[in-house]
Amino acid sequence: MTIAIGAEAPDFQLPDTDGATWTASDSAAAATVVVFTCNHCPYALAWQDRLADAARDYAARGVRFLAINANDAERYPRDSFDAMKARVSGEDWPMPYLHDATQEVAHAYGAKVTPDVFVLDSGRRLRYRGAPDADYDDPGENAQWLREALDAVLGGAEPARAETKPVGCSIKWKQ
Amino acid sequence: MALATLGYVNVELLWWEGCPSTARALAAVREALTELGLDGAEVRMREIRDDGDARESGFVGSPTILIDGVDLVPGAADEQIGLSCRVYRRRDGRVSPIPDPDDLREALARAAQRTEVKP
Repeated sequence: MTIAIGAEAPDFQLPDTDGATWTASDSAAAATVVVFTCNHCPYALAWQDRLADAARDYAARGVRFLAINANDAERYPRDSFDAMKARVSGEDWPMPYLHDATQEVAHAYGAKVTPDVFVLDSGRRLRYRGAPDADYDDPGENAQWLREALDAVLGGAEPARAETKPVGCSIKWKQ
Repeated sequence: MALATLGYVNVELLWWEGCPSTARALAAVREALTELGLDGAEVRMREIRDDGDARESGFVGSPTILIDGVDLVPGAADEQIGLSCRVYRRRDGRVSPIPDPDDLREALARAAQRTEVKP
């Protein structure tokens, strides 16, 4: 299943590495960025700093970022909840890191790879889905596609580029 | 750097379909071979299809590039055998799904020099 642009995104309730629970709804956020990511994928790691910078830059404008790890931790122990906690404690994370242990949220969103970015407006409608920018290998891209989408949503407009192809490692589904 | 009298270099690229970096890695290998004057070298592609293949090959992620049977990048202690995308480090410290082109070029050059054809 994949959410169509303009459709209401599924709500969820997931724990983060600090023990707090987060939902897609129940927020006064002007927009919410849901990023499916993980610990072990080079694409997710390459884009991490750019996503973190965007989270910091847009926080003052009422945008919240929620990072979600849905990978099967039994086959990929580096994506276990404990490994997520260790990573957050050792790095500077400007967003909560949520654990989708059942993978239900990843399935509901139709997430395919890490990273896979979903921008929701204040009404939880999907406004952008895809990659953070055009090239994982060029930090100068600076999550440009994501930033353009956020600027449009915050300005009450439709993103000119509402969908791009997410690029990354396949989500590791339970077998 | 062109190496005029090079011998045979055996390059094998192990890949898994769940990782999108295979084409980019292959292009990087071919580019390095061309720069070294080794255009004729064959790059054998070997697909790692499942966990059994991964265990049998000691596969720690896609792509893995073997030069004369030796991994281009010595495995880190915490690398896990299995189906995943491999994490490489560029020389400037950035994370990348493919090896640093300079690492690739140097490894190929070393292998070629080891097997240099004597007149």
